[in-house]
Amino acid sequence: MIFKTFSGVLISLVIILVFVSPPPQTQLGEISRIFYFHVPAAWVCVLAFFVSLINSIGYLKNRAYIYDLRAVSAARLGFLFSVLALISGSFFARYTWGSFWNWDPRETSILVLLLIYGAYFALRSAVDIEERKATLSAVYSILSFATVPFLVFLVPWVFPSLHPKDSIINSQFKFQIPFPRLILFLFSLLGFSLIFIWMHRMEISIFKLIRRKEEGYFGQV
Amino acid sequence: MGTKSSTWIEQALSIFQKDIKSELRTRYALNAIVMFAVVTLAVVGFSVGQFSLSPKVSSSLFWVVIFFSSMSGLAQVFIKEEEAKTVNLLKLVASPSNIFLGKFFFNWALLLFLEIIIVPLFILLLGLNLENFWLFICVLVLGSLGLVCATTIIAAMVSKAHIKGALFAVLSFPILLPLLIVCIDGTYLSIQGKSFSEGVSDLKVLVSFSVVMLILSLLLFDLVWKE
Amino acid sequence: MSKYFGARKVFKGLNFSVTEHQSLVITGKNGSGKTTLLKILSGLISPSNGEVVFNSNGDLLKREEVKRILSLVAPDLNLYEELSALENLKFLSRVQGIMFENEELKTRIEKVGLKKREDDLVSFFSSGMKQRLKYAFALMNDPKILLLDEPSSNLDKEGISYLENVIYEQKKRGILILATNHKDEIRYGDQIVDLD
Repeated sequence: MIFKTFSGVLISLVIILVFVSPPPQTQLGEISRIFYFHVPAAWVCVLAFFVSLINSIGYLKNRAYIYDLRAVSAARLGFLFSVLALISGSFFARYTWGSFWNWDPRETSILVLLLIYGAYFALRSAVDIEERKATLSAVYSILSFATVPFLVFLVPWVFPSLHPKDSIINSQFKFQIPFPRLILFLFSLLGFSLIFIWMHRMEISIFKLIRRKEEGYFGQV
Repeated sequence: MGTKSSTWIEQALSIFQKDIKSELRTRYALNAIVMFAVVTLAVVGFSVGQFSLSPKVSSSLFWVVIFFSSMSGLAQVFIKEEEAKTVNLLKLVASPSNIFLGKFFFNWALLLFLEIIIVPLFILLLGLNLENFWLFICVLVLGSLGLVCATTIIAAMVSKAHIKGALFAVLSFPILLPLLIVCIDGTYLSIQGKSFSEGVSDLKVLVSFSVVMLILSLLLFDLVWKE
Repeated sequence: MSKYFGARKVFKGLNFSVTEHQSLVITGKNGSGKTTLLKILSGLISPSNGEVVFNSNGDLLKREEVKRILSLVAPDLNLYEELSALENLKFLSRVQGIMFENEELKTRIEKVGLKKREDDLVSFFSSGMKQRLKYAFALMNDPKILLLDEPSSNLDKEGISYLENVIYEQKKRGILILATNHKDEIRYGDQIVDLD
């Protein structure tokens, strides 16, 4: 209860402040406000991926259905947030550099993550039996995780940025971001994370209720 | 009474040989994979026509053809067992790791065979000039190794699911992305005639990718195989 | 022991044991789970709850050890159609790490009534011949535990008398577990488990 209220209030404050607060970040204009939403969304995306992975490993170790539930729920939210990150990033790119899509390394990485999630859900929908579904999804999570380190190094190398993009702005922000704006950004980051956690827990509770109704054939949930 | 012998190598090898024998007699996967590659190549050839392609484009196209041909044929090794209902037989007598290794070597052999056919055709059709031939061969062999390391376990996963064909490609692509990127680059380098030492970093990535995927597959295959 | 496929219950609360020189017959309507139970016993599927325990003179055997002494004949356990009878047996023994002489394998093929057919591809066999070859495979290692699912399917009169011989021999050697629909096959069992 407190958690929900706190995150709700926090995020509302953040949203208001983002629009009301002092002038935009750089000479880029109003569009740069999107930074307060875009980066946290991308961050949640990565967070969700890790939550999903850890729960996948948990399922393989313990075979308790709750782990699979947590993993899928995290994957769904991760998918949602990566779509948000991608769209917000595209708008930023459109108004800053002219086109929606630029094969910028960061955007491409999010796209790959989206593909991984898509494959994950395709796999799940292709398997009927619950245990099999959970096991195979968990295995796939682990395999896709193994591929990520390779991508992290390769993607920036393949798609070099021709124009100053996120990284430069980011490093500027990191080192030079004025204190009040840094605080706002960090609060936004926190707010997004809290929303993720809240949605995740809510989805799990809903599933638990549904399972209980169906007389949990997986035993203890 | 039979005499006990053999190590896991011998056992994995027996599965490999059985699959080769089977394949030579039925040719399911072989036909699929070769015909697909040839047809795709023809499509590319016709669409490109007289235009000469830049090295970057040729290398990319080559690996696109290899990727999709693999997707059409590499899952067969498990799917045919499911369809013929010989899976249970295999499960009963052989250990999962041996099964994986046998199938893995089979897939690698299949892919290499495909490449022996496709590479000359590709060179002819698109007028490729492989300045550094040996670099290309290394990229080809190691790239195929990596591809098979990653996709064999996915093939096992797909064999028990519905919509097998499309699912295999959808699952494999994100995992193979780093591999494809590096292979395209290595091929590009070999077309450009760059020296071997310049290509070595690509080869290193291919080897590490193969090793990581192979180890992971061996660890996880048990879980995929058992019910 | 119980087994569920997802939400579908196959059976629940199953509990029984078999000792050496005993035979067990599993009966039940179609779809009652006889095949599933046999698959669990042979290690092809895991149970949802409970376990299968193999006890040899007080020592608990691990699955890998059990694999060597257990054999199964079942309708959905086919041999490779694109290989010959001899090639099938050769491969199946090699893959278990056991080497047989060709002559030895030929004798076993003859024993099931497939004399002179060892080099023919299994795809040319009739269903009765395929069933007999399955027996040749199952009995290759003189298994201590033999599991049979619908053992008389596709067999002619000769085949059935061969089957009776197999059952007799197996009881002498070890344990026999048989799943069947046929009323008259129930008499083969010292113990009966009815899944209905």
